[in-house]
Amino acid sequence: MRFLVKRIALMIPTLIGITIISFTVMKMAPGDPTSLMTDLNPNMNEEAVKRIRAHYGLDQPWHVQYLKWLKNMAVLDFGRSFAPDNRPVIDKIAERIPITLFINILSMVLIFSVSIPIGVISAVKQNSMFDRVSSLIVFIGFAVPTFWLALLMMILFGVKLDWLPISGFRSLNFARLSPIGQVLDIGKHLVMPIFVSAFGGLAGMSRYMRSNMLEVIRQDYITTARAKGLDERTVIFKHAFRNALLPVITLLGLSVPGLIGGSVIFETIFAIPGMGQLFYQSVMMRDYPTIMGILVIGAALTLVGNLLADILYSWADPRIRVND
Amino acid sequence: MFLNEDFVRRIGKNKMAMAGLCMVAFLFCVALFENELAPYPPDRIDTSNILAPPTYQHLLGTDVLGRDVLSRIIHGAGVSLSVGFVAVGISTLLGVMLGALSGYYGGALDKAVMRFVDVMLCFPSFFLILAVIAFIGPSIWNIMIVIGITSWMGVARLVRAEFLSIRERDYVQAAISQGASDARIIFLHILPNAMAPILVAATLGIASAVLIESGLSFLGIGVQPPDPSWGNMLTEGKDNIEIAWWLSLFPGMAILITVMGYNMLGEGIRDSLDPRLRR
Repeated sequence: MRFLVKRIALMIPTLIGITIISFTVMKMAPGDPTSLMTDLNPNMNEEAVKRIRAHYGLDQPWHVQYLKWLKNMAVLDFGRSFAPDNRPVIDKIAERIPITLFINILSMVLIFSVSIPIGVISAVKQNSMFDRVSSLIVFIGFAVPTFWLALLMMILFGVKLDWLPISGFRSLNFARLSPIGQVLDIGKHLVMPIFVSAFGGLAGMSRYMRSNMLEVIRQDYITTARAKGLDERTVIFKHAFRNALLPVITLLGLSVPGLIGGSVIFETIFAIPGMGQLFYQSVMMRDYPTIMGILVIGAALTLVGNLLADILYSWADPRIRVND
Repeated sequence: MFLNEDFVRRIGKNKMAMAGLCMVAFLFCVALFENELAPYPPDRIDTSNILAPPTYQHLLGTDVLGRDVLSRIIHGAGVSLSVGFVAVGISTLLGVMLGALSGYYGGALDKAVMRFVDVMLCFPSFFLILAVIAFIGPSIWNIMIVIGITSWMGVARLVRAEFLSIRERDYVQAAISQGASDARIIFLHILPNAMAPILVAATLGIASAVLIESGLSFLGIGVQPPDPSWGNMLTEGKDNIEIAWWLSLFPGMAILITVMGYNMLGEGIRDSLDPRLRR
């Protein structure tokens, strides 16, 4: 419990840092947000521009602006979108988050369930055929741009074989499908996006798991366990595997920003209405309030992911709680 | 110093490093002699030959304007290499500076820098890069700078750790006790001995910068058409995905080969520097 309180307290300066950097990014724009409204409007005169600037507080010194902005941030008020719909940014983000989280969580499950066995088998049977082949695939995997992989999969499974739909989240006739049909429909649409978003993680995690496991197998306590005459299965699964798994939990937290950031690419390619696609659209339209909102929320989600990983880690490894 | 004979000999023996070096050298040659190598000018439009599949005339086919895909890929090599080098130059410079200060002086400065690193790592890097580009506008220079200032954190941590450990070595302590200036100790005694891991990180960094650039260009926020870049060629591939697979396949392979070349070189160097790390 004390551990938890301490961890959360530590998050506060980081959160403030996140807002400072976001604010700095916003201030990088040449001119200011009002120029978007005023530049193309022939009725604008000096006086009106001044009034708008005053209305948005842009005539105040930057630290006053920052504190004001921070105050809004604290109650999740990101202002209204510059897009034609002019809705509050937080509403737009809120309706997009679930699908992005859903895909990311599924891809994380995929990453773990595939790469952990691969890593373990590679390490236990080091230099075997399996190890060599999987290491080669992992190595190539590191160099594959995910959007290219997405294109190739779309060509193969979408266009040539016509097995999977290449865009969207559900079919046009979705409403008329039976409940089971609806689930299958969404599933079919999500196969490629989930695989693509998991791909980078698959390579990274397999390799990480393999080197962890190799590291652990070299430890004295494994030699001891073998010397005691335990059979190899028990040594590998009870003694080595559990210890090799620990650092993976940290990686779980560390992979959150990558997954969320990657959602821009796969959601744009597969036309999935999630946060990544919204971000991309906002960038293209220079919808500054939405960009800022997603930037801050994306970083905050990462922070939460790290916190969850820390909690999980301390639960799995009592040494952390004692030392901290 | 890291560029001694022993180092060169060990890298020379490392198959992975050598294979990577060959691939990178090949790319440099392609970029250097792009005009001689490309069968056609990269922006020559040929309306009679639109979206032609690979043939002897156009080995990798043509695009929507009848431009030769092979020639455009060859001309994209230079963009890719320069973005990689400049971006990594920036990030390495930043990372070494902050990491060195932090590791050498320690104390409050160290705490502040490491906190800054933590905060930067919280941002999904693609979000941060896209946001900055949205505010300052897409251009090849902006991309290099933005990739540079969003990817220095790993180097900073690494350099800090090196400084912390090298600082305690006898020869550094001896230099300190002789009253050498901080700058002298940092640049003459510590930094040269921390060079090897920095070199590895920079090589691997180029690979990831190339990947990021191609992703940005693919999304239309990177190198702008008509300038050929592998990323924006893939955008055309996506737009014609149902009819022209060659527009998607070949530019991606160019990215794959480049990134693999740098990864092999980087990991090969690491393995030959530190045999303990060999997997």
